[in-house]
Amino acid sequence: MAYTIEAEGLTKSFGATRVLEGLDLGIEAGEVFALLGPNGAGKTTTVRILSTLLMPDRGSARVAGHDVVGERHAVRAAISLTAQEAAVDGVLTGAENLRMMARLRRVEDGRQRTHELLERFDLADAADRRVATYSGGMRRRLDLAMSLVSRPQVIFLDEPSTGLDPRSRLAIWEAVQALADDGATILLTTQYLEEADRLADRIAVVSDGRISALGTAHELKSRVGEETVELFFADLDALATAEARLGGGGRGDGLSLRVPAAGATDLRRVLEALDGVAIERLELHKPTLDDVFLTLT
Amino acid sequence: MTDSLTFIGRSLRHSVRSIDALLTAILLPVAIMLMFVYVFGGAIESDGRYVDYVVPGIIVLCAGFGSASTAVAVALDMTTGVIDRFRTLPISSAAVLTGHVAASVARNVVSTLLVIGVALLAGFHPQADPLDWLAVAALLLALITAISWLAACFGLIAKSVEAANAITFVAAFAPYLSSAFVPPDTMPAGLSWIAEHQPVTPIADTLRALLLGLPVGDEAIVAIAWCVAGIVIGRLGAAYLFARR
Repeated sequence: MAYTIEAEGLTKSFGATRVLEGLDLGIEAGEVFALLGPNGAGKTTTVRILSTLLMPDRGSARVAGHDVVGERHAVRAAISLTAQEAAVDGVLTGAENLRMMARLRRVEDGRQRTHELLERFDLADAADRRVATYSGGMRRRLDLAMSLVSRPQVIFLDEPSTGLDPRSRLAIWEAVQALADDGATILLTTQYLEEADRLADRIAVVSDGRISALGTAHELKSRVGEETVELFFADLDALATAEARLGGGGRGDGLSLRVPAAGATDLRRVLEALDGVAIERLELHKPTLDDVFLTLT
Repeated sequence: MTDSLTFIGRSLRHSVRSIDALLTAILLPVAIMLMFVYVFGGAIESDGRYVDYVVPGIIVLCAGFGSASTAVAVALDMTTGVIDRFRTLPISSAAVLTGHVAASVARNVVSTLLVIGVALLAGFHPQADPLDWLAVAALLLALITAISWLAACFGLIAKSVEAANAITFVAAFAPYLSSAFVPPDTMPAGLSWIAEHQPVTPIADTLRALLLGLPVGDEAIVAIAWCVAGIVIGRLGAAYLFARR
């Protein structure tokens, strides 16, 4: 099937620095897709190429069916970009920023839409204040609201929650979730594994200008390892008994034993086998995207 | 066109809301005017009353200096993230520059009117008829527009807001090496050659002739040619530079 966002062999250098080295992407309509990677991996460059702000040195990309180099105008009509730096006009008020976007995007009834977005992003009280007086979280919310004035088909979010406090981050996440529910195709970049895990249908790990791993959060985690439970005992006797009953397992630091336990059924089997053995406490270990990140990049 | 209007509205709001910049843009020309008439005026003699000779020159200086501040406004705007947002819109995003230039024209029309008003209070006696005044207005409008567009180019080339500010010094000093304040034939040979061939001289001479009701010569054509060239080169250059950035 045709992808909504597709890229083939994108390369880009800035001077002697090679930022992208043949990056391929295929993102389906309605998908939330995360580019996950450390600083300098090429995430922002990829987004800037796909949103027509940069031209690739080699390779090609199509967004919403249009070439990002040859048919920029058509691409721009279909997308919106929320860049790392909040793209708001500090001298204007929040409401003026939104009305300006509504006019530039030829949105019918821009005032109504402005009102709607101010309410939705919890900015109604600050609507007539200059944006220069907004907090970081408010600027970011306004930034996202400005991207949504025209209900774009494809939304690029470059590190949407970088530098935000937990509450603002949650508000941004809920907004992204709502956009996804409305059927928009979303490409977001992030350094936060939790963010990718929570928002994205699929995740591509970017390192050194290429996609080094691709899959759902679950798939990526299972590539790194299985879930385990670590049991802590009061004394060596209990530890030895447990080891005998479970038929082995890895000893951890001190009086602990680590055995595979994927899901509740496995865990119950382990605990039933240890009936009568004094367990002081236990810890579940799930491979995190952090493990994925560190293993794959 | 709709987009240009949107951006003109934006830039006008920017102008009105940066009170300090607005006061500088409007009051500095008046201060320069008063300084020339009352501080230097007593010491400098020309074949008529110096105030009548110098006011047209000061009007050119003020219009040029004020318009050059467009470079700073553009450079400042280019450092903000909102420009990237404009660039990803399906519009001619260079319209944002039209907004800057239009706001600059508006600011400088106000300050030029103020300068002329103060000049009248300071004893300037123009002899222009209504048609002459119309020609004065047209020439000044062309000059302000030309310098605003050229300054916009400079604002796009400049790597920083401070660098962009440098162009305002060029605009502030160019009139000194022209017929704006003293006749070029009183200058040393090299300087008078420069003064006679740079754009400020024909523009200041034309303005002076119009305001004092003197016959306007070929210098008017040269003055118009400089302004039109400035507008065309500035407009095209700005669009090119904006697309390349």
